[in-house]
Amino acid sequence: MNLYLKGARIVDPSALTGRATGRSAGANETPAIVKADVLYDIYIRNGKIALLRVSGDGPIPPDAKVIDLAGKIVTPGLMDMHTHLREPGEEYKETIATGCLAAVSGGFTAIACMPNTKPVNDNKSITEYILQEAEAAQLARVYPIGAISKGLQGETLAEFGDMKAAGIVAVTDDGRPVMNGELMRRALEYARNFDLPVISHCEELTLCSGGVINEGLVSTQLGLPGIPAVAEEVMVFREIRLAALTESSVHIAHVSTRGSVDLIRQAKASGVNVTAETAPHYFSLTEEAVTGYDTNAKMNPPLRTKEDVAAIIEGLKDGTIDAIASDHAPHSTLEKEVEFDMAANGIVGLETILPLTLRLVHAGHLSLHEAIVKLSAKPARILRLEIPSIQIGKKADLTIIDPDRKFIVDVHKFQSRSKNSPFHGWELKGKAVMTIINGRIVFDDLN
Amino acid sequence: MREKPLTIKHVLDIASLSPDQITYILDTAASFKEISTRSIKKVPTLRGKTVINLFFEPSTRTRASFEIAAKRLSADTLSISASTSSVVKGETLIDTARNLEAMQPDVIVLRHSLSGAPHLLSRHVRASVINAGDGAHEHPTQALLDLLTVREKKGRLKGLKLAIMGDIAHSRVAHSNILGFTKMGANVVVSGPATMIPPYIEKLGAKVTLDMKEALQGADVIMVLRIQLERQNKLSFPSIREYATFFGLHTKHLASAAPDVIVMHPGPINRGVEISPELADGPYSVILDQVTNGVAVRMALLYLLLGSETRMTHGDTKKNENNPPSPPFSKGGNPLSPPLQKRGHPLNSPLGKDGVPSIPPLEKGDTGGFSGVSQ
Repeated sequence: MNLYLKGARIVDPSALTGRATGRSAGANETPAIVKADVLYDIYIRNGKIALLRVSGDGPIPPDAKVIDLAGKIVTPGLMDMHTHLREPGEEYKETIATGCLAAVSGGFTAIACMPNTKPVNDNKSITEYILQEAEAAQLARVYPIGAISKGLQGETLAEFGDMKAAGIVAVTDDGRPVMNGELMRRALEYARNFDLPVISHCEELTLCSGGVINEGLVSTQLGLPGIPAVAEEVMVFREIRLAALTESSVHIAHVSTRGSVDLIRQAKASGVNVTAETAPHYFSLTEEAVTGYDTNAKMNPPLRTKEDVAAIIEGLKDGTIDAIASDHAPHSTLEKEVEFDMAANGIVGLETILPLTLRLVHAGHLSLHEAIVKLSAKPARILRLEIPSIQIGKKADLTIIDPDRKFIVDVHKFQSRSKNSPFHGWELKGKAVMTIINGRIVFDDLN
Repeated sequence: MREKPLTIKHVLDIASLSPDQITYILDTAASFKEISTRSIKKVPTLRGKTVINLFFEPSTRTRASFEIAAKRLSADTLSISASTSSVVKGETLIDTARNLEAMQPDVIVLRHSLSGAPHLLSRHVRASVINAGDGAHEHPTQALLDLLTVREKKGRLKGLKLAIMGDIAHSRVAHSNILGFTKMGANVVVSGPATMIPPYIEKLGAKVTLDMKEALQGADVIMVLRIQLERQNKLSFPSIREYATFFGLHTKHLASAAPDVIVMHPGPINRGVEISPELADGPYSVILDQVTNGVAVRMALLYLLLGSETRMTHGDTKKNENNPPSPPFSKGGNPLSPPLQKRGHPLNSPLGKDGVPSIPPLEKGDTGGFSGVSQ
């Protein structure tokens, strides 16, 4: 069905210029985060953007279903570059289909999925399986990420070339750090042949010895073994120096500490090709969230201190941290309703990442434009994919956001098969209300 | 109907107890001590109540103490250890708890090697949960018995200097005592190998020094911690021998302490490692008094959780005076009580008219300091 999106503001980081024409904003009062912008109509025909014009400037094509987007914002389809789909192997936590449903429900049209499935995505047959299941789901676009080492064992390189041919977009041993320095060096070098980004989960395991939360006041209060910030930072430093040595690029996953932000900032200033992401929990929560032994606040890297949160926000503001990713990590009650030490790491994030990012916008830390950059253009650029944009002739992958919609996070309403979120009960403002992929509405919460 | 006072359902940690609640527990415990000195060491207070001791970690003292405490109050007790339980068959803690719950226990006493296990349990059972030591987190009943012991020996807690020596990082006893003693107005200093001092411990109220002499200077109480070999990785200290030489406590170390210093140890002792045998067995040692008081403290807690309708009030001592705990048994309804009563000393006995301990009221205005010691 052809669609006619009527009267929406557009935030499109891919087209930074050329929006100056047209009349001023409508008569409606302007919410704080919406710039006084122009309202547009978008005509979507056969899955592509066929018309893009100032609202009301022409007749509505008779074959289109009209969708009134007054007060809404249209952005290019959001991309999450760090998702854990649990298929194959742990379908009771999440399948590719349920993960894709969670993604579109959170406003994401594309997700990149980590290789730590069972079996590991370290060969082309697993890559092909993931793509085939994603295709069958007919929801979000799925970009598989392959393993750096066979079986995530940190010993020998996985077949980058074979996996690339099958469809991977990057390599990582996410969830496990590559402890062998030479292996990481060789991965950075070898990935250059295949133009594959290398993503590093930074954690010096010998400094963590059994740690389950941030080492600090809360770990002492709760008597839980701690993971010091330095365990992340020494590995961030190693990756930066290895990227410099190998004249390659490296992407640092889920940055959580002030020291990491400082190291990445310095590296960028000195010309090293390093990019970084953080996840909403690292700018929304501190180690205090673990109080009461709440396993839904257990993750790796662990929640840190308020000083770290401030540094993460500063890093997002000044561009040190390029992207915001969910680190969506579904676990069932089997892994979470247990003693804290034994609980699995991670939280589901696809359905809260956008509202939590919009909190930064509401608080004045980021402009809406900057927030959308970190959720779409930057992840795509880091993964060397086409930058999503709203232009005539492009595929119609769009996210429609109501920046003012208030709602209470209710894990029971999540589309994800897992409910492990520390944000249950939070009141948030702003969310995706419609997700369109290839001109097809895959999620609709408009009314 | 009188207004229901704020109650506590579980005893999970010292962190959540107020100074008034601690004082109330200690007063109650002090009044229970006498029962254990009788020839028939049993009162009917908790007859018909069931206490389950669930021990997932080895324990001699604490487990025996809880069991004796429950039995002296006539509760039915059952002790389960990890090796004999379904845990070896892979049952989760929550499943174990739910199954025990189905048998309607009133109290579950839990010892677990992982921090927070009692908190997890308390969210899944209706019974009251008492933490008998969880990982490196807390051991609240140990701190209470230590507080009782010091209060008995010194007549007060406020203003005392307590030096806690040794493996602070792995010690739930240290953690609970730092919290408990600072809440009660004592000054706590901790000292030991730098590898065993946890981060931010000073934020809990303890002063940290690596200088053993400074720690012991003028100390009224020295608490020596067991070096927890089972919780160490091998990187915290080079050898037992070196630990004993540089961090072990000997009689000579007491020279700079207060003249009437007392030496405590939560047990079990590694003799000749963290404490020399002559010190452990010598005149300064109150180690066995600690054990004796452990029974009284645990009796008090079981009573307060189960036997007293008022339970523990939070701060409001006046209300307590006006509303003494009502007897769990109907008047004269207990066949066991008359003979027991005859043996008791009416003035000093904690037993009231119906074989029920009458809890000595706190003195007015006692807000956590120390005047409310019962005779």
